[in-house]
Amino acid sequence: MLNFSTRNKWLVFAVMVILLATLPFITDEVLGRGWVRIIDFALLYIMLALGLNIVVGFAGLLDLGYVAFFAVGAYTYALLASPQLGLHLPFWIILPTGALVACIFGALLGAPTLKLRGDYLAIVTLGFGEIIRIFLNNLNAPVNITNGAQGISQIDPMRIGEFYFSRTHEIFGITFPAVHLHYYLFLALTLVVIIISSRLQDSRIGRAWMAIREDEIAAEAMGINTRNIKLLAFVMGASFGGVAGGLFAGFQGFISPESFSLMESVMILCMVVLGGMGNIGGVVLGGVLLVILPEAFRNGAGPLQQMLLGKVVIDPESMRMLMFGVALIVVMLWRPAGLWPSSVRRRELEANDGIAQQEQESVYDAEH
Amino acid sequence: MDILLQQIINGLVQGSVYALVALGYTMVYGILGLINFAHGEVVMVGAMVALMAIQALMVTALSPIIILLLSVIIAMAACMALGYSIERIAYRPLRHAPRLAPLITAIGVSIVLQTLAMMIWGREYHSFPQLLPNNSHNIGGAIITEVQIAIVIVAILVMLGLMLLVHRTRLGRAMRAVAENQTAASLMGVDINKVISTTFMLGSALAAVAGVMVSANYGVVHYYMGFILGLKAFTAAVLGGIGNLRGAMLGGVLLGLIESLGAGYIGALTGGVLGSNYQDAFAFMVLITVLVFRPSGLLGERVSERA
Repeated sequence: MLNFSTRNKWLVFAVMVILLATLPFITDEVLGRGWVRIIDFALLYIMLALGLNIVVGFAGLLDLGYVAFFAVGAYTYALLASPQLGLHLPFWIILPTGALVACIFGALLGAPTLKLRGDYLAIVTLGFGEIIRIFLNNLNAPVNITNGAQGISQIDPMRIGEFYFSRTHEIFGITFPAVHLHYYLFLALTLVVIIISSRLQDSRIGRAWMAIREDEIAAEAMGINTRNIKLLAFVMGASFGGVAGGLFAGFQGFISPESFSLMESVMILCMVVLGGMGNIGGVVLGGVLLVILPEAFRNGAGPLQQMLLGKVVIDPESMRMLMFGVALIVVMLWRPAGLWPSSVRRRELEANDGIAQQEQESVYDAEH
Repeated sequence: MDILLQQIINGLVQGSVYALVALGYTMVYGILGLINFAHGEVVMVGAMVALMAIQALMVTALSPIIILLLSVIIAMAACMALGYSIERIAYRPLRHAPRLAPLITAIGVSIVLQTLAMMIWGREYHSFPQLLPNNSHNIGGAIITEVQIAIVIVAILVMLGLMLLVHRTRLGRAMRAVAENQTAASLMGVDINKVISTTFMLGSALAAVAGVMVSANYGVVHYYMGFILGLKAFTAAVLGGIGNLRGAMLGGVLLGLIESLGAGYIGALTGGVLGSNYQDAFAFMVLITVLVFRPSGLLGERVSERA
């Protein structure tokens, strides 16, 4: 790692603050308003990826149905603040409620899966995500709760008192459009999530999670209550997903089960693994890249072909997916531990192969 | 009663297809400990290639059965080449990498194959020509078509052949040895890379057969058909105990039966609250329930966790 002196640290910090504070204005100026919206989405996905990172990166439990918690958060917001049930609660009440409901669902998923290992866990979480989606899709009969596949529209925008995030505001003579305001709100919450994540990582609980990831039996022998600690990982991860879901619903104003498909779970998992499992910086990087890159491909694929070949051979949408798939393969082949792996992982990879081999064999002996 | 019988027949037919695809998942898992996420797309490619071969051969004067056989062979060859390439490009370089790295490349391969298929064959549904006689038989009030009979028979034959291959031949013994312990197998002179490549090719050949079956049964081929089929087959493999060949077959047939019986009776069971649109949810709930009581699937052995 780079070794910053204290003064340089402050300098880097100051530059970061200025950059993050002015980012929507710079983006708006250079790339257009559409990109500010994309950055807003990137922030939501960073929150999701950090939530999944707790389950997959810290505790080592492969979860392929994480989008379920995103869906639960979004639907909680939508049901409590839309004409669907006629409720219109303010968002600072709904957001914690959404997180709480997501926590309950996290525990519901966690409880029956505690005994499962590795890939059995993966398929159960995948099934859980699908079950939630199927129920959201069909709970319009006999009693209409979720409005089925049509989804819920006219969701109340986020507001604090009379301050609507969905309207353009003039503050200190500077005009803040709605997407910019959402950016600051999401950025603030993302920073909270990052701080919680990093504090958790260094805490007793975080170390217990990592102990379980490395060797569950040894962790249990060291006196860790693996059942409660694993449940806690699911619940904590779920709460981040619930908050992100609520923000998503308030930002979009419309949600439908289509937004919560298995592909979304897979995408969030890709962010975590591609960026660098277990490393908060890496996960943030993964989230940013996997939101920004496909959009850049979408906008750049047409002109690029025009420039190189003189005509558009492949339609941009296909090109985007193709390049995305190839990028996933190439990056993982190039950096199997992710773009920015945690230092523990890096040490493991660089460790002497002979030692690793010996460890494997002693595990084998112990089992037979 | 005739509804029950009909649902059982439908379930068996669907289950045979699941079983063939599940075998591909379970063979790869048994040897590499890897979820081959791209396997469903191999099924789709098999169906697409078979369709193209049939269309090309239809202009000749060959009999429909010969055309079908030739197309299945062409599809199997194409899928074997595809399976081999996938393993070489996306999995072999990552054999000693962290466990989730090959999962991500598998997802990448899946996206690439799906997009390529969409670019080559378009987004529309292609109709799959009816080559076998479309006669149906009435068994105690339930209807079974000859295509469906053929599907079940072919599936049984293919699975018997696979069991013979794995348990009675030199290659099969090598495969089992590599699955048990790669290092020890290589010390005994087994060429691990060759065995793994062969396993991928075998699994892909089964996928091609399954692809043709599913297209013949429903009469349509679509670039997106592999995804959901792969998901179901993977579920079936886990239900039976992943890594276990008999488990994959049992899991496949059981999942087919659960789905079709679930679709038929879920309404009556819940007093009309849940309809057949909950069919998939029902299948997953059964899976979760089974895994709660048998954490390693129905026939699975206790597997150790590999980080």
